Amino acid sequence: MNKFWIIFFHTFLTKLKTKSFIVTTVITLLIIVLLANITNIIDFFNKGEEGEKIAVIDETGVLFDPFQNQLKAIDKDIQLKKFTGDKTKADKQVQNGDFDGVLVLSNNQENLPAAVYRSLTISNTSLLSSLENGLQQMKTQMAATQMNLSQEQLTKLYEPVSLKKVALEKDAKTEEELSQARGLVYVLLFVIYFAVIMYANMIAMEVATEKSSRVMEILISSVPPIKQMFAKILGVGLLGLLQLALMLGVAYFSLKQNMDSMEGGFFDVYGFGDVPVATLVYAFVFFLLGYFLYATLAAFLGSLVSRIEDVNQLITPMTYLLIIGFMIAMFGLVKPDATFITVTSYIPFFTPMLMFMRVGMLNLPFWEPILGIVILLVTIILFAIFGAKVYKGGVLLYGKSSSFKDIKKAMQLTKNE
Amino acid sequence: MALEIEHVSKRFGKYTAVDDLSLSIPEKTIFGFLGANGAGKTTTFRIILGLMDASSGNVSWNGKPVDYSTSDNIGYLPEERGLYPKQKVKEQLIFLARLKGMSKQEAEKELGRWLERFKVPDYADKKVEELSKGNQQKIQFIASVLHKPSLLILDEPFSGLDPINVELLKQAVLDLKESGTTIVFSSHRMEHVEQLCENLCILNKGKTVLQGSLKEIKQSFGKKNLIIHADFDVSFLKEYPGVRKSAVTPEGIQLQIEGEEVAGSILQEIVGRGFIRKFALEEPSLNDIFIEKVGASYE
Repeated sequence: MNKFWIIFFHTFLTKLKTKSFIVTTVITLLIIVLLANITNIIDFFNKGEEGEKIAVIDETGVLFDPFQNQLKAIDKDIQLKKFTGDKTKADKQVQNGDFDGVLVLSNNQENLPAAVYRSLTISNTSLLSSLENGLQQMKTQMAATQMNLSQEQLTKLYEPVSLKKVALEKDAKTEEELSQARGLVYVLLFVIYFAVIMYANMIAMEVATEKSSRVMEILISSVPPIKQMFAKILGVGLLGLLQLALMLGVAYFSLKQNMDSMEGGFFDVYGFGDVPVATLVYAFVFFLLGYFLYATLAAFLGSLVSRIEDVNQLITPMTYLLIIGFMIAMFGLVKPDATFITVTSYIPFFTPMLMFMRVGMLNLPFWEPILGIVILLVTIILFAIFGAKVYKGGVLLYGKSSSFKDIKKAMQLTKNE
Repeated sequence: MALEIEHVSKRFGKYTAVDDLSLSIPEKTIFGFLGANGAGKTTTFRIILGLMDASSGNVSWNGKPVDYSTSDNIGYLPEERGLYPKQKVKEQLIFLARLKGMSKQEAEKELGRWLERFKVPDYADKKVEELSKGNQQKIQFIASVLHKPSLLILDEPFSGLDPINVELLKQAVLDLKESGTTIVFSSHRMEHVEQLCENLCILNKGKTVLQGSLKEIKQSFGKKNLIIHADFDVSFLKEYPGVRKSAVTPEGIQLQIEGEEVAGSILQEIVGRGFIRKFALEEPSLNDIFIEKVGASYE
């Protein structure tokens, strides 16, 4: 077998067998399954729990029924109970745990409802807002009656204004489409970001380990460094694809299974109901290109290090580039057509995330993503040529300090003179 | 047919690591590289292996320039241990042998044989980091010879080994030579070089100080060692004409003399003074030659 493939499969298989790889993969898969089933899980824990029980002391004698009606429409789980005793007695029952709280209804000077809510703690904000909403609606209705407004007049008053958004561009995405695209692009951006950081780091560590354990000397006495570097990058790349395929596969199936129970819910709004194939293909392409760009960078940075502890020091600037790209992409999700985003999407370090984000969110002319891909490819080739030169000298360079000055030294080692 | 090194120089900026080195190492012999630390041994090895390009000069093995087309025939044991600490012995040795063009089945068979020979068959499934330094060295040695190279380069092969393992490894090196391998090795331990090498060279600051066969070198050195053990005081011999160096030992004296004739006149001088238990004339040791040759240029 060709030596390139021997290194390729060796890298792939040994990484695949490491405990850390297996553990992180299994944990991530578990998290995905958990997240996909999150509504079921919440339901499961909520099943045994009854709604809050609240004692109502109605000082007016007429507010209890309309309030109960209003509240039922808002949250039918809250149980209201008319309480006949006085406040101190009610407080005591709250302390005993018979009730979750006491609501005292009264009228103010203008003969409109007012209320006091007494409970052990006032941390349950969802209950409080339900109560407030109920009271508000009851108050509005009573005020309307006082002013002799009819139900029609009232409806007219509260009818929401109609604002229709019309995009003049022919293929521009509708508001609904945009929010659907946003969800998917957001998730895929995250995947690209994490995967590129993780696998590029893995490459740098791998190279540094081989160098610090001096296996490198034996390896490069058998196989040219450049061949070895690319075999390694491809090997880890295959590992990454396998891991991502596993995650996406598990995510897809567990979401599909829960789709029925979530119809119309969060997942539908954010566009997981039907996934546009083009976006997935672009995500795949930009992940691969981004990986190759940063992996080449990481490989030659890793080759400059003498001790594994120094890897992070050299990798940090590269990681910053990725983080900056990700931050711009997050900003871009809100305003994808900003000029700033357009310009930065052609800077090779940011292209994988930004161009993908634009392609997913906007209707770009075909040449734009293609241009981005070409720019990336050219940069990768340049980096590979430059990186290979540094790598060849770098792997033989042993010194106390590891810094960017070593790039020059490594290049000198590679040259004949 | 041999390993030819012709006018090889290697400069790093202004620093010259190897300076116009020319050597011819005959096939199926063992060649010793001696030199103080920083003399340029490792750099020379790296150039022979093609890890580094020489600034000028050529290296050829059996008439062909050394590059990645010949690397399958070359075995290398680096000075510092070079193995994956977290991988199992068997796994990585087979990987390394396959990178030298050996098939997996053959590598497995050969590995079993070597582990058996070094009396460590149960290490096959252990991780390298679990082994002691000496045992790692044995594994490292196997890694360099597993693919049956015709040229074997050993950089400090005996460091970190106990005497029993040194013998084990020495015997392996001699057997490899018998079966036709050309072996180049470096060492700080002169006695190893004396026992193994037919030819050798001494490097100092990138230059060859001395080269040739062990016999020639010793003869041309001229000076000999004279050891005298006697019951009377022989320390006056320090000042005797023809004595270059001396060291008083508890049992007598050890002298370095300029030639055999000096020994004769010393014997006449001390005969009759008392009982002489030992009077021995010895070839100079490589150690003496090394110290003299390399030490002189230090001054």
